[in-house]
Amino acid sequence: MKQLGDIAGVFAYLSLLTVGGGMAAFPELKTLTVDTYHWVTFPEMLHFYSLGQLAPGPNMMMVVSIGAVVAGLPGAAVALIAFFLPTGILTWGIGRIWTRLATWRWRPAIQTGLGSVSVGLVLAGAIIMGRGAVTGVLWAAIAIVVFFLLLKTKINPAYPIVASGLVGMLAHWLL
Amino acid sequence: MNEASSSAEARPSLGRIFWVFLVMGATSLGGGVVGYLRTGLVVRNNWLDDVTFVELLSISQTLPGLNATNMSILVGDRLRGAWGAILATVGMCLPGATLMTAAAYAYNIGGDDPWSKAFLHGIAAGALGLIVVVMVQLGSRVLKGFADYVIVLATAAAVAFFHVQVPYALIAAGIVAIWWHRPREGKVHKPHNEPVGERHHE
Repeated sequence: MKQLGDIAGVFAYLSLLTVGGGMAAFPELKTLTVDTYHWVTFPEMLHFYSLGQLAPGPNMMMVVSIGAVVAGLPGAAVALIAFFLPTGILTWGIGRIWTRLATWRWRPAIQTGLGSVSVGLVLAGAIIMGRGAVTGVLWAAIAIVVFFLLLKTKINPAYPIVASGLVGMLAHWLL
Repeated sequence: MNEASSSAEARPSLGRIFWVFLVMGATSLGGGVVGYLRTGLVVRNNWLDDVTFVELLSISQTLPGLNATNMSILVGDRLRGAWGAILATVGMCLPGATLMTAAAYAYNIGGDDPWSKAFLHGIAAGALGLIVVVMVQLGSRVLKGFADYVIVLATAAAVAFFHVQVPYALIAAGIVAIWWHRPREGKVHKPHNEPVGERHHE
């Protein structure tokens, strides 16, 4: 029961940090689930995060995996609700008054200002993720190739990401 | 323009809303939910026009929460009020949540195998490439002046190198950035460029 409460608290808190995308919450996600609560190791968290990029729907469904690892199906359900309910209610409420906010003179300032901050938070998340994911030249090469492929083409990201996994297996077989 | 008939078209049943979002939640593989949302909502079902879609997307991106679920809430609420919002969100989340629950159990069984570790480490490197692309594309749309880049680097350095907790960084950098872009007399602010043809993280 205490674990379910912890799961609810952690993921409700994390959800409020996802300004500009799930990656903005990555640094705190790592601190809380790995360092504070020891629910998963950093590599495990990275693996779930990356699998979550392959799953359909919202890309942070890995919170459900962590919930399930900690407390089974109830843990998965609590993580899901905690991660989507608080921001959901906020979005619902703001969505209803948005037409009135449309002419508010501070609105462009808030939108542009928070835009820069969210890019900064995503960059921080990418740096922290890179420390775990790029543990050698091969992994750096994979990340760079996928980066340029996705930047220059319209290919579905699922293909190069799965291919990256296969390259990882190939390297394991050869080395 | 007949108001009654156009609004009747725009009010699908709750079951229909749930089904359409469930299909999008199940088929939007590869992190491009926004593209799937546009196809499902604007093109196939004609529930929104493109202008409204971009407007709702800009609300979704400004508020905390993921684009996919924020869009589900905003669109569901427009179509059918609170229940529409709830059913759209549940439909959007259900397939991915089921899969990732299954993934957790599978990981328990096979996660320690060196072959699956090698595979998972590979996809982590690939996913990092995806995240950096999404960041570059978000940045090219959002960042306009030198000051914006300073905000980005300061926020990132504070969190990644000086271990500042995200909420403090968010609030401090947010206040500075919003103040920098504060409304001034005689200066017309333009909102973000429309996110056309861009990869989205949700």
